[in-house]
Amino acid sequence: MLLDGKAEGERLTLAATGAWVAQNARRLEGEIDGMARRNGGIKRVDIDMAGIQRLDTFGAWLLERLVRSFTAQGVKAEVTGLAEKYRALMDEVRGVKADEAPHKEPGTLTSAFASVGLAMVLVGGTISSIINLIGALVVAFLRMASRPRSFRLTSMVHQLDNVAWRAVPIILLITFLIGCIIAQQGLFHFRKFGADVYVVDMVGILVLRELGVLIVCIMVAGRSGSAYTAELGSMKMREEIDALRTMGFDPIEVLILPRIMALIIGVPILTFLGSMAALYGGGLVCWLYGGIDPDIFLSRLKESISLNTFQVGMIKAPFMALIVGVVACVEGLAVKGSAESLGLQTTASVVESIFLVIVLDGMFAIFFASIGM
Amino acid sequence: MALEPISQANGNGGAKEVIIEVSDVVAGFGDHLVLNHINLNVHRGEVLGFVGGSGAGKSVLMRTIIGLVPKREGSIKAFGVDMDAADDHERQAVERRWGILFQQGALFSSLTVKENIEFPVREYLNLSQRLLDELAVAKLEMVGLDASVCDKFPSELSGGMTKRVALARALALDPEIVFLDEPTSGLDPIGAGDFDTLIATLQRTLGLTVFMVTHDLDSLHTVCDRIAVLADGKVIADGTMETMLASKHPWLQAYFHGKRARLDASPLKSR
Ligand SMILES: Nc1ncnc2c1ncn2[C@@H]1O[C@H](COP(=O)(O)OP(=O)(O)OP(=O)(O)O)[C@@H](O)[C@H]1O
Ligand SMILES: [Mg+2]
Repeated sequence: MLLDGKAEGERLTLAATGAWVAQNARRLEGEIDGMARRNGGIKRVDIDMAGIQRLDTFGAWLLERLVRSFTAQGVKAEVTGLAEKYRALMDEVRGVKADEAPHKEPGTLTSAFASVGLAMVLVGGTISSIINLIGALVVAFLRMASRPRSFRLTSMVHQLDNVAWRAVPIILLITFLIGCIIAQQGLFHFRKFGADVYVVDMVGILVLRELGVLIVCIMVAGRSGSAYTAELGSMKMREEIDALRTMGFDPIEVLILPRIMALIIGVPILTFLGSMAALYGGGLVCWLYGGIDPDIFLSRLKESISLNTFQVGMIKAPFMALIVGVVACVEGLAVKGSAESLGLQTTASVVESIFLVIVLDGMFAIFFASIGM
Repeated sequence: MALEPISQANGNGGAKEVIIEVSDVVAGFGDHLVLNHINLNVHRGEVLGFVGGSGAGKSVLMRTIIGLVPKREGSIKAFGVDMDAADDHERQAVERRWGILFQQGALFSSLTVKENIEFPVREYLNLSQRLLDELAVAKLEMVGLDASVCDKFPSELSGGMTKRVALARALALDPEIVFLDEPTSGLDPIGAGDFDTLIATLQRTLGLTVFMVTHDLDSLHTVCDRIAVLADGKVIADGTMETMLASKHPWLQAYFHGKRARLDASPLKSR
């Protein structure tokens, strides 16, 4: 019991005891609210604080709240016996206007719809900033072309090392495995028709036209796109980008162009290496699992694919790299001040770039079909 | 936890209780020794001002005491608990009793101001949302802000406001000692003065102990009971303002008698 009450007619005497501190705040709040409610016919309250051991801001605030709730009911409340050393603390909390503590409204149906609408607006915003950034990149590129010495070669080589060179082992491994799996599945099903050897056609066309570049782009979006977003986002958070701008540098030219150029150069190389690894994997499985000799695999491959097939994959690569890079940079620059927004933006960057890569792939498929490639 | 009353040992003679004891601590990064066999005691109820040149290692000492920078040698006792020997439970009990204001504020960027202040309280005490909200506003008003900043995010605050909110969060649990890393840098002179008054008030009313790293000569004059000077990884001098002013050490002379030193500020606490 931290607060004891005795009523005599119109007069209530409260005696406080114990430690009015943080650890007891929950119990104290209950007792105080209970006391403030049972006030039938009371005109005057005396709160005797002489018996307390300790008081901190939690206790001081609760005492103030008790006094206020009596005062609000038209009851005159007076605090007595408070030790001198706590006087200043009470003066401090007396000025607090806590009724102004804003309360958050719970989510309603309207706010659910509002968030859907907001999401649509955000999608529109992202698309327009992607187009904006592409425009700005073209300008920066032209400016660079007129003054090639201003190009940040060191920065680009550094990025190229990160996005291409260091990605080679994982890309080779994954595409190799994908090649193996396709060949194995193909053999398993084609064998029923005695069409084993067509597996070579399937692996060749699928890998060179579609899978090589798609797998590489998805890996690059997850590996380097997310890194770009996080780098640019944390630079944005710490005002580093503003600092660059005030020194007269264009962040697009300094930060974004080298990164995107690195992707545009790196992704085709990775696509080539990845496709070769996938063909190798496919060939290996055909030989070991399907009994198709490497000689037969190679001559069959030569017949089934043409230079066109290879070109289709390679032409797509730089465009997809551009999309991945631009989306990553746009999302990075969209980071607001908080760590949470950095996380959100990084997720958005990966999801959007993979989605756009696949959409672009579909559009290329239509395009190549109509020009007969 | 036991709720024995805090002894108000401040200034009334006798042996003062030591609540932070740093003995022979060595800490550094790589082969760069920042703290070189440093010794320091912090007594209950005092305001200790800690000065030293930029890069002298003030922040590193503070971070070593609170356990963020590993030390290589020596021992640190907080509230009589040896922090190396303490188990998780004891360590947590100690951590509840101190509040820290980092040099950069270190507010949680994805929580609002109000949530930032409520966070430690919510984790340690099981209070009603209403009381949490009211206390958050009370702490904000104590540090000179008002309820209108409650729903802002840290990225929307000015530098001085960030400092104040960070102080409010450091004070959220009514700690017994607060570590302040340059609390008044980035505040306007009036705000810095208010801040000093606030520290003095809290120290008087709550028996708060304050470990304050500061370059603000006014703060040193007005609120600090004792000043310690860090140089070359050691405490080269410690004592009252008068001792500092009387010292013949060249660095202290330059620091306290330099162009920016004003000798007319009178201690707040004697007013
Ligand atoms: N994480 C770290 N890694 C390496 N060196 C560090 C690290 N943190 C601090 N230092 C070094 O330790 C030294 C002391 O730094 P510290 O931040 O303690 O300085 P300070 O006294 O607080 O200075 P200021 O008054 O400018 O805040 C500096 O030389 C700094 O370079
Ligand atoms: Mg520092």
